[in-house]
Amino acid sequence: MAVSRSSSRCSPLVKLAVNLGAVFALVLLISAAAPPEEKQISIYSNVANYSLPVTAESGHDYVGIFELLEPLGKVSLKTSGKQWNLHYNDVECDFQPGSDIARLQNQPVPLGTSFVLRNGRGLVPVGALTTLLPRLLGGPVNFHEAARRLFIGDAGIHFTAQIKNNPPDALEINFTARVNPSISTEPGKLVLVFTHDPVLPPGTTVLTFSSRSITSATYSENNGSAEITIAGTVPLFASFSNNGKTISVQPAPQQTASVTSAPKPPPTAQNGQPIASPSHPVYSRYYIVVDAAHGGAESGATLGNQLAEKDVTLAFARRLRDELEVRNVPVILLRDSDATLTTDQRASTSNQLHPAIYLCIHASTQGHGVRLYTALVSSGYTNRGPFLDWRMAQTPFLSSSQGAANAIAVELEKSHIPVRQLAAPLRPLNNIVAAAVAVEVAPPASGPSDLTSTAYEEFVASSIAAGVADLYQLPGAGR
Amino acid sequence: MNPRQLVITVVILVAASLGMALYAWRMQKHARTTVPAAYSGSVAPPASGSTEQATLFVADDSSGELQPQQASIPLSEDRQQRAQQLVRALLNIYLDKNSSHPIAPGSDVRDAYLVDPGIAVIDMNSAFADGHRSGILVEDLTVASLVETVAQNIPGILRVKILVNGQERDTLAGHADLSILYDVPSVNQMVGPSPSPSQ
Repeated sequence: MAVSRSSSRCSPLVKLAVNLGAVFALVLLISAAAPPEEKQISIYSNVANYSLPVTAESGHDYVGIFELLEPLGKVSLKTSGKQWNLHYNDVECDFQPGSDIARLQNQPVPLGTSFVLRNGRGLVPVGALTTLLPRLLGGPVNFHEAARRLFIGDAGIHFTAQIKNNPPDALEINFTARVNPSISTEPGKLVLVFTHDPVLPPGTTVLTFSSRSITSATYSENNGSAEITIAGTVPLFASFSNNGKTISVQPAPQQTASVTSAPKPPPTAQNGQPIASPSHPVYSRYYIVVDAAHGGAESGATLGNQLAEKDVTLAFARRLRDELEVRNVPVILLRDSDATLTTDQRASTSNQLHPAIYLCIHASTQGHGVRLYTALVSSGYTNRGPFLDWRMAQTPFLSSSQGAANAIAVELEKSHIPVRQLAAPLRPLNNIVAAAVAVEVAPPASGPSDLTSTAYEEFVASSIAAGVADLYQLPGAGR
Repeated sequence: MNPRQLVITVVILVAASLGMALYAWRMQKHARTTVPAAYSGSVAPPASGSTEQATLFVADDSSGELQPQQASIPLSEDRQQRAQQLVRALLNIYLDKNSSHPIAPGSDVRDAYLVDPGIAVIDMNSAFADGHRSGILVEDLTVASLVETVAQNIPGILRVKILVNGQERDTLAGHADLSILYDVPSVNQMVGPSPSPSQ
């Protein structure tokens, strides 16, 4: 009762003050948690693609002219007092702090606002680049000023996007050159961000598709980056092929596979016994991701007679996929072509799939048998609250990884294949948020030439698959 | 909730927000002004020639393990010089034509620095990394032998960083991650526990 009387006496002024205070607090909280994004400009040329910080001076955006030119050609600088005398290849340009006119080969070039000297750096207004650079570089430039993306000469990557039916409902984005975007997912969309790729806008910035899973792709540019946002009705993931020139976006397997093959539900406890012991974990997650290490421009080791590790790992990964599928273990091959993938891309793709186990395949001519590695996670990094350091993302899963390695080792030993378990500072193991094991396949005792023999590949792949299947306790698992 | 409770809640929220804003501002300022640990310690002149017994942890490709090996080598009093001399002695073993773990000709250590607290930085030359054999185990053996040799012979070294030509490098030869600091206690997990020197 007392509460209701007090509430009734609460004046509108107090309520307003309280509400305003709450809003103020929230705004402060948000602004403190998310510092403003640093402004940058991206420069694309046939020589180099790079980004530079943009500095605000008197309400205008500025960029360091020396840093901008340095990757493009031979730059030298002479200073006389505050006068800046800059040579780019054979072109001479003078800047005077406080002056909004530069002298290029003794000809005046308006900068719009004054040249600024700050901490030894000569800053020119970003808006002056379209006037200044064509004369300095001796060629055309195309500046997307609102997004601060500067294209020099004929630098540029075009792309097309269309829905393909193999795999079903996949959006295939083909680029005219290799790209290396960062990929992120949010509910209902997948975002590709191109910072160091000179991706150019398509004819229409919004592409719509008559697909059940993928509805549109929207192109946008901002702060030195281009973005392609793919909207979908289901969770999406991206994979690379064609040496990084093609990105396929498709529904995450969890959605499609649940229709085609019903996974066995997690085993239930019997007679009061625990479902799993730490040494033999049972996984509630569903897929196995098999990742053939290396690929594309990154060949890995040279094995025997000029055989590249990337080809051996791909052949073995495909063999392992077949062996797992025979045992009803659903599997996704992360690299199924000669594509170049960074370790970050591999980790990011795998983490989006939330696999039960991530298996990374390597090959070597050193020693015999198979070596199984779990991540060696350095303790030199710190997690901040709920945010895991990328380099330590594997830490909570290390015991699961070791359990998976143990199970595989048991099956290899049963097959009399020499096996050794170690920890390795091997990326992307430490970035994987699931049980993660690297498998280094070495030749049999009969000699290095048998490393790639079909019989040996089958033998090793079969044993590893049996170990993985045992973890699953699926029907048909085991031998 | 009565007005008094509301006001208390708002005051707490505002105080928390101000605190976080101040914290974020200080963190940003700290990030801007923090200078990386300097590697500018003075380098002592070369060792005078007096030799000492040291234990080198030598990689053996056939067993895939490190083998401790006693060596009598000239070691300086200066800890940084000492680290460099230990690494060079190890490399000389690997450069021998009968080495159990051959490395590329011309491999050398450019410098070694000791940075507080307990970090050793070993700067190798390009020939060492560019010509190194590729493979998880073969690279791990090299890294582990460098780390163990420095750490076991210079007290107080807890972590080791390997640079190549003064720069951080992603991997040694496609596998062993060189972007990290190696914790000395965890390095033996890479190649199995090392036998004790007496064995």
